[in-house]
Amino acid sequence: MIWTLEIIVLTMVVITAVAAISVKDLLGAAVLFGAYSFMMCLLWAIMGAVDVAFTEASVGAGISTVLFVSAVFRTSRRSKD
Amino acid sequence: MKTVEKIIVLLFGCFLIYCTFDFPDWSDPGTPASTHVSPYYIEKTLTDTAVPNMVTAILADYRGFDTLFETIVIFTAVIACFLLLRQYKIDEPVARMYRHIPTGTTFRIKSGGKYPRESADFERIDLQYVPYGVVVKTTCRKIIPFVQLFALYVIAHGHHSPGGGFQGGVILGASVIVFAISHNLRSATHRLGDKIAAVLCTLGVFIYTATGVLCMLLGDNFLDYSALAPIFGTDPVMARSHGILVVEIGVGLAVMAAMISLYYNVSSAGKLDEGL
Repeated sequence: MIWTLEIIVLTMVVITAVAAISVKDLLGAAVLFGAYSFMMCLLWAIMGAVDVAFTEASVGAGISTVLFVSAVFRTSRRSKD
Repeated sequence: MKTVEKIIVLLFGCFLIYCTFDFPDWSDPGTPASTHVSPYYIEKTLTDTAVPNMVTAILADYRGFDTLFETIVIFTAVIACFLLLRQYKIDEPVARMYRHIPTGTTFRIKSGGKYPRESADFERIDLQYVPYGVVVKTTCRKIIPFVQLFALYVIAHGHHSPGGGFQGGVILGASVIVFAISHNLRSATHRLGDKIAAVLCTLGVFIYTATGVLCMLLGDNFLDYSALAPIFGTDPVMARSHGILVVEIGVGLAVMAAMISLYYNVSSAGKLDEGL
C-alpha cells in the first residue's frame, strides 16, 4: 500500500521538476517549484524524516516560493531584448 | 548548441544515477553509520541530554557547530542581500496614489502636490493598482496571532516533537510576510522596520555564539552546555536540555529576522517603499 503512494509522489516530483525548468512563464516556474518542494516534503514524511519534512514544508514550499514570487514581481512580463 | 547542452545534462544525470548504486540500501543495518554512529545516539541521547527528540539533540547539542554555521550562512545571505539591494537615496516617485476608503475613489497626486495625511479614511496605495481587499486583510489579521502562537510552540516544543528554531523562526517570519502581503510593505516596515530586523538577526547569532563562549568561560568546551549547570541551577544533564532551548531561541530569532529582511529587500528592490 505504502509503495504505491511512494511511486505516485516520486512521479509527481519528476513531473513538477521537469515542468519547473521547462515552463516559459517565470511565475509559473515559481509556483511549480513550490509544488516540487511540497512533493519532496511528502517524500521525507513517507521516509519517516519528519523534522526534515517540516523544514522542507516551511522553508521550501512556504518562504522560498514567496521570495521567488516577490523577485518575479520585480521583472517585466516580456524580455526587452 | 541546444543538443550539446542536452547531451551534457543527460551524461551527468546518468553519471549521478550510476553513482547512487554505490550507496548502501535504504535502512540497511550493515552500513558504518548504522553500526557505529546511530546506536550511540539512540542509546545515549535520553541519558545524556534528557531530550526525547533525538533529532533536536543531535542538531543543537552533539552537532552544535553545524547548526551554528548554518545560522551564520543565513546571516551572511542577509548581509549579501542587504549590500546588493538596499538603497538609501530614493528619488521621490513621479506621483503617489491615495485611496479614499469610504467612497472607494483613488487619487493620483503628482510630486510636489499636497499629500493627504494617512488616516482611517485615506490610505496610501502602491502605484500599480491594488484593489481594496477587506476580506483578505481581515482574514490575515485574524489568523496571524495563531500562526505566531504556533511558531512559538514549534520553537519551545522542539525537544519533544518535530520542530525547533529553524522551522519556528521561518513560520514566525512568514506571519510578518503575510501581514506585508495582505496590507502593504509600508505598514509592515512601520511595525517591524528593517533596522530592527537586522539587529534581531545579529542578536540571534550572538545568543548562539555567546552561549558557546559562556560554556568556555565556565571551563568546558565550546557549546558543551553541561558547563551551564550552575547558571540554570540544575544537574548537567538537564542543563544540556536547557542549553538546547536557549540556542534554539537564538536560531529562531536569527531566521525570523533573516526571512523578513530578505523579503523586504527583494520585494521592493531595496527601496522599502512600494512592494508586493
